[in-house]
Amino acid sequence: MNNSKTVVRVGIADMKIVKAPNIIKTSGLGSCVGVVLYDEVKMIAGLLHVMLPDSNLGRLDNVNVAKFADTGIHSLVELLVAEGINPLSLKSKIAGGAQMFQFGTNDTIRIGPRNVEAVKMMLDRLSIPIMAEDTGGSSGRTIQFDPKTGKLSIRTVNKGFKEI
Amino acid sequence: MNINNEITDIHLDVLKEIGSIGAAHAATSLSQLLDRKIEMLVPNVNLVTFDEMFDLAGGTERIVVGIFQKIEGDLSGNIFYLLPIDSANQLIEKLVGSSFDFHNPEMTEMGISAMQEVGNILSGSYLSALSDFTAMRLQPTVPSLSVDMVGAIISYGLIELSHYYDEAIVIDTQIIVEGSSKVDGHFLLLPNPESYISLFQSLGVL
Repeated sequence: MNNSKTVVRVGIADMKIVKAPNIIKTSGLGSCVGVVLYDEVKMIAGLLHVMLPDSNLGRLDNVNVAKFADTGIHSLVELLVAEGINPLSLKSKIAGGAQMFQFGTNDTIRIGPRNVEAVKMMLDRLSIPIMAEDTGGSSGRTIQFDPKTGKLSIRTVNKGFKEI
Repeated sequence: MNINNEITDIHLDVLKEIGSIGAAHAATSLSQLLDRKIEMLVPNVNLVTFDEMFDLAGGTERIVVGIFQKIEGDLSGNIFYLLPIDSANQLIEKLVGSSFDFHNPEMTEMGISAMQEVGNILSGSYLSALSDFTAMRLQPTVPSLSVDMVGAIISYGLIELSHYYDEAIVIDTQIIVEGSSKVDGHFLLLPNPESYISLFQSLGVL
């Protein structure tokens, strides 16, 4: 049996799913939010790198659903369901939503917290519980999720490494 | 303007041309400030995805000192001056005359404002050259500094345009210190897509 782990990388405004023993990662989250949806028993997880809170803010023919919290979470659930996952068994962990700079328009400065709020609202609407979160602050994050252990590891520039 | 379909090599070449003029002025200012020869290469101009943009600056996870400014006036956009931490330390030590470390989260106000001022001088001279050439009124905002991952820094400047687009034109100028072939920083200029039309009109290619 092949035990080697592959690290699947998710870009900005992107989403992918992964099965154990493989792990999934996204790097350089600033005001963006990383949303992990996972099934503990089946050891499958999806990771979404959200840039913006609401798809209604974008243009109508915008095809990249993974860019927005609402359409992104919805599509990630669909991807997991297509893999045979029962949506009721999904749990989530989230990280990101920092305020990187203190200037810009009011909307831009608050984009991190707004992304976090939008993600939580969407998860709540879909009745997906948030098991852990590491959000806010003013530092970028790189996150990695292992569907086998259900742990999300988070690396920041100054505060080092932690696991939630 | 649908940026995916209508941007041609001619447009990108013209931006490269004006980018070179801006870079030459900025290099002169920076050389004078530091009293050593700074070279800025002919810019690379590309229409890239957001992930490709992070790769230009060394990859999304790379930790850099980033100075961020917005452009206001007849054109809107963002400017990032990104440099390795060691280079930023050396630069500030030279300017301030005492040792300095951007690795330390408790950075002194003095070093941060000196670094922001360097960013200001670079962008100011770059934009004034651009402004002379295009007859557009261009002003950089007050600079803001962050020591963090490339992805976390640049994505902040992508928020507004990402509502409508998944790609953007980036004018990337690499900075090189004399006597080394090492790239010592990037100066990224990202005009907002809604400014592309006025920019190309002012340059006579639309």
